[in-house]
Amino acid sequence: MLEIWLGIKAAFWLVVTLDADLIEIAARSLLVTLSAVAIAAAIALPLGAWLAVGRYRFRRLVIAVLNALMGLPPVVVGLVVYLMLSRSGPFGVMGLLFTPWAMIIAQVIILTPLIASIAHQSIRDLWAEYHDLLISLNTSRGQRIKTLLWDSRRALLTAALAGFGRGIGEVGAIMIVGGNIDHATRVMTTAIALETSKGDFALAIGLGFVLVGLALTVSILIHMLSGTEVRDRW
Amino acid sequence: MMRTLFALAIAACLASPLAAETLRMAVTTSFHNSGLSDVLLPEIAKDTGLDVQLVVVGTGQAIRLGEAGDVDAILVHSRKAEEAFLAAGYGTHRREIMYNDFAIIGPSSDPATIAEDAETATDALRRIANVQAPFASRGDDSGTHKKELALWAAAGIDAAQRTPDWYKEAGAGMGATLNTASGLNAYVLADRASWLNFANKGELALLFAGDPVLFNQYAFLPVNPAKHAHVKAEAAAMLEGWLTSPRAAQLINGYTINGETLFAFNAE
Repeated sequence: MLEIWLGIKAAFWLVVTLDADLIEIAARSLLVTLSAVAIAAAIALPLGAWLAVGRYRFRRLVIAVLNALMGLPPVVVGLVVYLMLSRSGPFGVMGLLFTPWAMIIAQVIILTPLIASIAHQSIRDLWAEYHDLLISLNTSRGQRIKTLLWDSRRALLTAALAGFGRGIGEVGAIMIVGGNIDHATRVMTTAIALETSKGDFALAIGLGFVLVGLALTVSILIHMLSGTEVRDRW
Repeated sequence: MMRTLFALAIAACLASPLAAETLRMAVTTSFHNSGLSDVLLPEIAKDTGLDVQLVVVGTGQAIRLGEAGDVDAILVHSRKAEEAFLAAGYGTHRREIMYNDFAIIGPSSDPATIAEDAETATDALRRIANVQAPFASRGDDSGTHKKELALWAAAGIDAAQRTPDWYKEAGAGMGATLNTASGLNAYVLADRASWLNFANKGELALLFAGDPVLFNQYAFLPVNPAKHAHVKAEAAAMLEGWLTSPRAAQLINGYTINGETLFAFNAE
């Protein structure tokens, strides 16, 4: 219990004194996860809409697989990405292993199915509502997807934030492909794992509080910037 | 706002690695947890201009990273594994740098009475096995784990006798295993440096050390550029030169925690 108080104290001082190492790893955490969310959303949102609107064979199977992939174990993704990016692997010549790029790649793989599944779910509900209207207007499939994406933007924001939440707290994959190298690939979660392994629970939990605060700040900021929950708007 | 933050983050991430030539070295958790790397790396950067990036893993994984060419050099402590690494042509040579020692840590109540009665390290392990006192093992194929297994073999206690009701394989790094031992009040084999730097000691204490069999030799092995053309052989040679220099000797021998010397420089 004592550690939790010490942790709160440690978190307070780290933030108040703008600790240089803390700022660096927090910035890197944000950079990696926000990039991964942006790339994953660019793939997953159109994919989710296309899956909702399209009629194709094995539809149920495809959706079931997509939903199952939400549970991809990060450590397995990390291992596969490691083997791909390793100098002995197929993409080794690119020299991406133990760089932030490798961490972004791993997180895109983890986040895409999650964002696509949530997006698909909400777009499908909206599609049920819009179906007759959009058909009667003789819209093309591209137009339907665009309309559905725009009109369900609030739910898609939630999908992206769910992806951000999973990415910012993830440690298994980025530890393997990033290597937790000081001043190169160390991020909040791998730093927490490191301090825990040193038995310095107070600093570890202090970093944990800062991480939670960071996630909260990003979420609030995004909601403010996108103008949700203001008067009659949604 | 978001864009500014993002630009700042990119700047922060790109600024440092571009500053100097970087060299990736896989090192063992025990070396890193000792805190010695925090002393050596800034000095290396100052003297040679090399930005040494440490990938901290167990010896088993360090050797795999070297074999795959994902690091430029490895600094590990498991002679047999190192020799196999060299024999397969993955490394150019092996250079001994320094040694530290292992100690047997355990509950201060010491149910196996190793602090008073044990003559040798193997004798201590035999006593622990006799009373079936809880023992936390690394279980991760690291140098420390291999050392521990060699000691069990020398003590004549085979794997079948080490039953899970008292012998706990943590499957984790040195720090995590010490956490496990602290939680279970178990005996554990740890290198002295990690132990001294460990913050969550609980009721654990250092009970047995000093047997020459517990000495732990660290060696530097550059990855063979004939196997992996991209490795930075010149930078690795520069680092090896520094690690075996009088300057390194002074820093390594002078590194203490709570007044205790941890490493003895013995490069030739």
